[in-house]
Amino acid sequence: MRSLPHVIRKEFRQISRNKIMLPLLFVMPIVQLIVLSYAADFEVKNLNLAVIDHDRDPMSRALVDRFVASGYFTHVGQFQEVGAALEAIDREEADLVMTIPEDFSRSLRAGKPSNVQLLINAVNNQKASVANTYSQQVLALFNQERLFERFGGSAPGGLEISSAYWYNPKLNYKIFMVPGILAILVTMLTAFLSSINIIREREMGTIEQLNVSPLTKFEFILGKIIPFWIIGMVLMGFGLVVAYVLFGISTAGSTLLLFGFVSIYLVAILGFGILISTVTETQQQAMFITWFFLVIFLLLSGLFTPADNIPVWAKGINFFNPIKYFVEVMRMVMLKGSGWTDIRGHFAIIILFAIGFNFVAIRSYSKTTS
Amino acid sequence: MEYAIEIEGISKRYGDVQALQQIDLRVGKGEIMGLIGPDGAGKSTLYRILTTLLLPDEGSASLNGYDIVKDYRHLRQILGYMPGRFSLYQDLTVEENLEFFATIFGTTIKENYHLIEEIYVQLEPFKDRQAGNLSGGMKQKLALCCALIHKPEILLLDEPTTGVDPVSRQEFWQMLKRLNTENITILVSTPYMDEAAMCDRVALIQSGEILTTSTPANIRTEYQGQLLSLKSQDMYHLLKTTRSLDGVMSCYSFGERLHVTIDPETSNLEMVQSALSTKGISKVEIKPIEAGVEDIFMQLLKRSDA
Repeated sequence: MRSLPHVIRKEFRQISRNKIMLPLLFVMPIVQLIVLSYAADFEVKNLNLAVIDHDRDPMSRALVDRFVASGYFTHVGQFQEVGAALEAIDREEADLVMTIPEDFSRSLRAGKPSNVQLLINAVNNQKASVANTYSQQVLALFNQERLFERFGGSAPGGLEISSAYWYNPKLNYKIFMVPGILAILVTMLTAFLSSINIIREREMGTIEQLNVSPLTKFEFILGKIIPFWIIGMVLMGFGLVVAYVLFGISTAGSTLLLFGFVSIYLVAILGFGILISTVTETQQQAMFITWFFLVIFLLLSGLFTPADNIPVWAKGINFFNPIKYFVEVMRMVMLKGSGWTDIRGHFAIIILFAIGFNFVAIRSYSKTTS
Repeated sequence: MEYAIEIEGISKRYGDVQALQQIDLRVGKGEIMGLIGPDGAGKSTLYRILTTLLLPDEGSASLNGYDIVKDYRHLRQILGYMPGRFSLYQDLTVEENLEFFATIFGTTIKENYHLIEEIYVQLEPFKDRQAGNLSGGMKQKLALCCALIHKPEILLLDEPTTGVDPVSRQEFWQMLKRLNTENITILVSTPYMDEAAMCDRVALIQSGEILTTSTPANIRTEYQGQLLSLKSQDMYHLLKTTRSLDGVMSCYSFGERLHVTIDPETSNLEMVQSALSTKGISKVEIKPIEAGVEDIFMQLLKRSDA
């Protein structure tokens, strides 16, 4: 163990000589947090509505106005027939087409039901379902007004739902995204740095010199983990500061608890990175394999889509997804203010990961080949 | 004689390629042994086995009595290894590299400075320069310093002078000679035949087999036949014609001359000269020469092929 401090010092010297890596470590969090949190916004606005109004009555126009007044729709054109309207969808000029039948206002005035048809472009299914929901809401509101007009104050009563959003009262998308993005950022940087590092020693041939030295593989791997662990912790702290300064997000729960989790999580991720570097031969291979796993982990992590919505078989995979636990803990502690009892299950699992990955990494690294 | 390196029946196969075949080699304590052979002869594989980086398929080897498989831990303390490829940290300075390799062996630069002093004084002006920015010769000197800094008992140098300018090569060998007086056993491989003469003994290796082991002086006496050196205006024609003559055992082009080996029982210099002139080649510069390591190597290769 005497050599360990020297190995760590050597590692830091090399990192400090890297002209790109060091600035990148601090520029990347700022840029990614800004770009991803501002741009990765799923709120759907400005849906382009094309209308085929066969009725041409003040009432049908009132319906169209209702759509526009909701703020989500822009009326982009009036068409005579469906074919022309669909062409507008093909040209990406319209997102949905509403067809109002000829007898629309007549039926309603006569107290009979009427139909309107909505054709929604579902190439982007998320946008389509949002468009559908918004349309239903507008139509429901329109219905209610009709009922009110007809029956006046004696309209039949109904349930009115009033809702409030906890932990993120304004449903601010950034508040939801920032902790998750920070989690991904810390994961990506440390996983890539560690997986490339040992490979670099192999590519440069320096690993030969270390392998013929009395340095044990335990010292060698610890000497790799500790510097990147420190970098990961600094990055995490830096990211939290950026989140506070740029987005005004402060940790609702215990920052100490958060760092406690991160400190173990980093050991797991670094072990994973080192495991990859022991089974690959070039930096390129290591990058691709790390990328392969990170993309799967990231997409299943619940960062963009709720992790509860995925099918059962994918949930099985997701059990082994360290990023999922980290994203959850970040959101729980940062936004909800969850405490130790809420996340101890996460702690237990991530400790198992940390032991597992590193055990396999040390086992699969061999100074002698056969 | 006490042996520092004892190799017995070592074989190594990579897939279809037999890299080493039944290698037997003994190197005496304090000896400089040269391992000479072309690229792909198996030199580096042998080094990797001796340095405990690679396990042999068959056979055994021990260095200063320690087995390469069983006692690898101890061996890693007493070996100095310089791989064929420059393998120090290019982004660390000269001094940082040396210091790092000293510390992982649990020693300091100061402790063994006397061993490297002669080499290090040449490096000292560049001690703050990153190793990647050194010249080829300087890199090799630094690599040698790093391999020596823990005062190894045995120094294993894999092609230390490849890609190094002639002056640096000369200096490098002088340093090896001096280290030898410190009772460090040295196994050094090289593709350069002229370096063989600097060794106490040489082993010629080809296609994973040791062809012969001898002193550089003795190896000359193993040469069969008489060697002549020929030169003329039209070398190609001369080569073709000489090869067709009776009594010629071999004929190779060596730089701007031909090295021709004749059987002294059936031919001699005069006979070659007259035979050539009857075939229309009269202006030939011809003289007897002593066989060099290259000639011996070529002959051994030819014999082992036959």
